Amino acid sequence: MPHTKLRRLVTISVAVSLGATALAACGSSDDDSEADAGPVSLTYWSWTPGMDKVADLWNDGQGKKDQIKVTVKKQASGDTLVTKILTAHKAKKAPDLVQAEYQALPTLVSNDALADIAGDVDGVKDKFAEGVWQQTTLGSDAVYAIPQDSGPMMFYYREDLFKKYGLDVPKTWEEFAETARALKKKAPETDLTTFSANDSGLFAGLAQQAGAKWWTTEGDKWKVGIDDAASQKVADFWGGLVKEGAIDNQPMYTPAWNKALNTGKQIAWVSAVWAPGTLTTAAPDTKGKWAMAPLPQWSASENVTGSWGGSSTAVTTDSTHKSAAAKFATWLNTDPEALTALAKEGGIYPAATTAQTSDAFTEPPAYFSNQPDFYTQAAAIAKTTAPSAWGPNVNVAYTTFKDAFGAAAKNKSDFGAALTKMQDDTVADLDKQGFEVAE
Amino acid sequence: MISARRKSYGVKGAPYAFLLPATILFALFFALPIGYAVWLSLHKVQVKGLGLGSGARKEVWAGLENYTDSLTDSELLAGALRVLGYGAIVVPVMLGLALLFALMLDTDRVRLAPVTRLAIFLPYAIPGVVAAMLWGFLYLPDVSPFYFVLDRLGLPQPDLLDGGPLYIALSNIAVWGGTGFNMIVIYTALQAIPAEVYEAAKLDGATPLQTALRIKIPMVVPSLVLTFFFSIIATLQVFSEPTTLKPLTNSVSTTWSPLMKVYQDAFGKGDIHSAAATAVIIALVTLVLSFGFLRAANSRNKQEAAQ
Repeated sequence: MPHTKLRRLVTISVAVSLGATALAACGSSDDDSEADAGPVSLTYWSWTPGMDKVADLWNDGQGKKDQIKVTVKKQASGDTLVTKILTAHKAKKAPDLVQAEYQALPTLVSNDALADIAGDVDGVKDKFAEGVWQQTTLGSDAVYAIPQDSGPMMFYYREDLFKKYGLDVPKTWEEFAETARALKKKAPETDLTTFSANDSGLFAGLAQQAGAKWWTTEGDKWKVGIDDAASQKVADFWGGLVKEGAIDNQPMYTPAWNKALNTGKQIAWVSAVWAPGTLTTAAPDTKGKWAMAPLPQWSASENVTGSWGGSSTAVTTDSTHKSAAAKFATWLNTDPEALTALAKEGGIYPAATTAQTSDAFTEPPAYFSNQPDFYTQAAAIAKTTAPSAWGPNVNVAYTTFKDAFGAAAKNKSDFGAALTKMQDDTVADLDKQGFEVAE
Repeated sequence: MISARRKSYGVKGAPYAFLLPATILFALFFALPIGYAVWLSLHKVQVKGLGLGSGARKEVWAGLENYTDSLTDSELLAGALRVLGYGAIVVPVMLGLALLFALMLDTDRVRLAPVTRLAIFLPYAIPGVVAAMLWGFLYLPDVSPFYFVLDRLGLPQPDLLDGGPLYIALSNIAVWGGTGFNMIVIYTALQAIPAEVYEAAKLDGATPLQTALRIKIPMVVPSLVLTFFFSIIATLQVFSEPTTLKPLTNSVSTTWSPLMKVYQDAFGKGDIHSAAATAVIIALVTLVLSFGFLRAANSRNKQEAAQ
């Protein structure tokens, strides 16, 4: 290690800058500059497994007719791809189409990386739930992306162990807390679940369910509401449970977490519709023992959920064939054949409401064979998704969340203070960049 | 006449011609990127209004703003202190062990020297990330065989991924991976000591321990200086170990070490300008510290030589 590090002494300061050029070099090379007449070739950056097979369906069918050929280039997921798109865009070499998580859209739009395709997607809006579609317009008349998949949140629990410990499935968060305490009394070594600070999306989704609106606009100003009453309520709730020791405070997605789920040391998980995939690898021995229920509510009369994860297909401003790209994006996310293929090859839960009850979703996931109506329930829950409000520096808020809530969970200290830090850092970053921020 | 002039011209130009490839490579892959990093560090992004749509975001001159922000950021200082604490464990332990192993391998009575040497060196061949993952699994109470044994024996089970023990846990990974390399450097220096020196020592009645303390160690001081120099740099730039352990515990923040902060600023927050400024600061501090140490060591050597 040491002698290679000597070389890194200098290169480290350089890596940041070099990254830009290196990444740009892997950008699309098949930009042809003529207009949409004649054969068109598009590049698509996506992390969905099997997306190339779905694109082949297009290339052999509709695409052949329209002379639009799409090449998929497999990417790393989430934040990494945002950085990569922005870097490529700096060199004006971003691909024609990109996959982007909903919360990344404002960042990408703010960097002028995404094209407004409102003119090419007439009538597409009706195929999606209002709350989902609104994320792609950023509250304007523009349309910056077409929703692909969504992640309505649900409550997963070990059916057999709930029976064994005599627990009822919590309908409200208050019952959830009672369940956690009751379990602690019956089996002190066992936790209902954990509060994990390593995935900001989970907390964002829970806050969304409680009615939080983290970023809103007031005229030409952004308003940040991360420490609004709803989020504060959620933070205090989880902070209280961690503090009294009713639930665990260790992060998710670790070998220890896998083991806890697999051996029944943790018997529930607040997650989203994609949880079966994660559970299959994390807790293989407990297949068929889990069940899914709607997320607990803040009051018994409510029926609303948040969303965790989910992504969209966007056309970049660097594309020279924006209409053709929008056509493909529309087909990909609304055509029944495409959506069935996406569900089968990519394992995604489509955002298009008609697809949620299509043939691809008549059978439950293999892991949940004990719950035949899994997807029927999921579709019903998906309809109750609360609208979300993303802003141009979600990445900053998410980073601060990980550190501030990680420390708070570790020290079992005040989650409210962590939330305030998240608010302050996010506002400070907006200020620094020159955004106008409303008080 | 003409041919003579041309000839002398050609000879004069030859060194430059030979220098050209290196100069071009240096300019392209060293000077230019560093210059670009410095340029980035002196700029910032300025947004208008909501910052949506085209033309809302432009790069403007920032002067030293990024540098003052970076230097007044308490998180960077805290990170530097954490790394200092980590280095205070890693460097002495690693070099001490390396020296000890090298001296032991160099004694006459050692058996299976090549095998032992390879065994100690082997962890160095394992990539840092892999080593950190491997140890990370061993540190996690729920999956670690060590904790299983401790549990069975009814012994206390320390939480290695929190507070003070976290520093030991991180240092352990670095020591495990780095000792072999440093040992080889010192061992090679030991091998270069001429046999007559040992012969003279033996004739004077020196014990193996005395030989080690009075002859071997003073004669390998230059290698010790070199390994110390490398170790300082490696410590200041610690990145992969804490980054790999980060997902396993709440105790390692995304800005645990200064380099992690650079990464986080550039790729987490998308603020490449602040990241560049911090990177330049780290590079300067590293340069000053490591070359300062080299200078101090050299001047001491010279003084000793003069005496």
